Amino acid sequence: MSTVKLTVNGKAVSAEVEDRTLLVHLLRDHLNLTGTHVGCDTSQCGACVVHIDGRAVKSCTVLAGQAAGSNVTTIEGIAKGDELHPMQAAFRDNHGLQCGYCTPGMIMSAIDIVHRHSGQLDEETVRHELEGNICRCTGYHNIVKAVLDAAGRMKVAQAAE
Amino acid sequence: MYQTTYHRPSSVDEAASLFAKGSDAKYLAGGHTLIPVMKQRLAAPSDVIDLGKIKELVGIEASADTLTIKAATTYYDIMQNADVKKSIPAISYLTSMLGDPAVRHRGTIGGSIANNDPAADFPAALVSLDATVKTNKRSIAADDFFKGLFTTALEDGEIITAIAFPIPAKAGYAKMRHPASRFALTGVFVTQTKTGDVRVAATGASQDGVMRVPAIEAALKANWSAGAIDGVTISADGMISDIHGTSDYRANLVKVMAQRAVDAAG
Repeated sequence: MSTVKLTVNGKAVSAEVEDRTLLVHLLRDHLNLTGTHVGCDTSQCGACVVHIDGRAVKSCTVLAGQAAGSNVTTIEGIAKGDELHPMQAAFRDNHGLQCGYCTPGMIMSAIDIVHRHSGQLDEETVRHELEGNICRCTGYHNIVKAVLDAAGRMKVAQAAE
Repeated sequence: MYQTTYHRPSSVDEAASLFAKGSDAKYLAGGHTLIPVMKQRLAAPSDVIDLGKIKELVGIEASADTLTIKAATTYYDIMQNADVKKSIPAISYLTSMLGDPAVRHRGTIGGSIANNDPAADFPAALVSLDATVKTNKRSIAADDFFKGLFTTALEDGEIITAIAFPIPAKAGYAKMRHPASRFALTGVFVTQTKTGDVRVAATGASQDGVMRVPAIEAALKANWSAGAIDGVTISADGMISDIHGTSDYRANLVKVMAQRAVDAAG
């Protein structure tokens, strides 16, 4: 057992976990942040994507200990109170989800994509960049639409700040 | 996953001494091979020694003749690096085709070559570019480093610290990506050195892992163009054959990918 200390969604947290604990289980089972999902558990599907120090990673393939000392952001940490993050709002407005299982990972990956491309995105880039996130409902069409929509909204939001 | 003990050393020497103390220790870099294998219970190390946060193992340096990538540098950092894009853009391209964005944020060059998966991309780059693998004990030429399926010249406890690539005159990489895993169904890296030598390496093709392709090297040495490879026949003997492609298919892919790589190299 080890004590893992890290920052999750802006709050300092500490948990006593076995060394074999994965980050996704630390989040879900110890911190009750169940928005991050386990899909394939083999780093293929992307349902477990969170940000570590601003970078999208598959939390099913990171040991909790590896994240010690880091800043982790999950789907629970992106809205401002009742105001959805622009990416969440765009997914809702563009009907970018059906069952919703992949959505937290999709949104965390999508935010990372927009950040890395400074909002300069086209459909082909979004499709290529979403390779690590699998959705079995939507056929991706509305997800891609939502990401492009959100890229515009996030640019506007950034310009306003 | 079985129980293990996680360690986060802050130097290479500390990592090596932790390894020596463990009964069955393993090094962890990005973890995108070791952790899945541990989850499947195919590996059960007593101790996991994390190299990912050791500062002396992260970074990229370029001189006039050599590009040096330290072992725990992530694929994403390699892909984005201005020195890599300028000196050997084929490495930047190769990295951009590896896994997906989240995987590229964690996976490292040292982890990839230490694992030596027969379909991994970086072994082909190292062999083609005639790179040198530097460890905490010695330097090993890429030709001597890869020893077949998941096997390398590394000794127990030895740590890769950096990879030094001679900057070539031209280099290109092309691969047929497996659409699900994004590993190379077959990938070929071609290099023309500054002294006019040609080195070609294929991954995902041979059952023994990365291999040189002498017939294509000879053809390109005589005439550096995709057309020069038209007349070359690659034998299917010893090629991988699985549900994704027969050995004949892979032998043909070696040729086709080599042609695309030459076109990409310019």
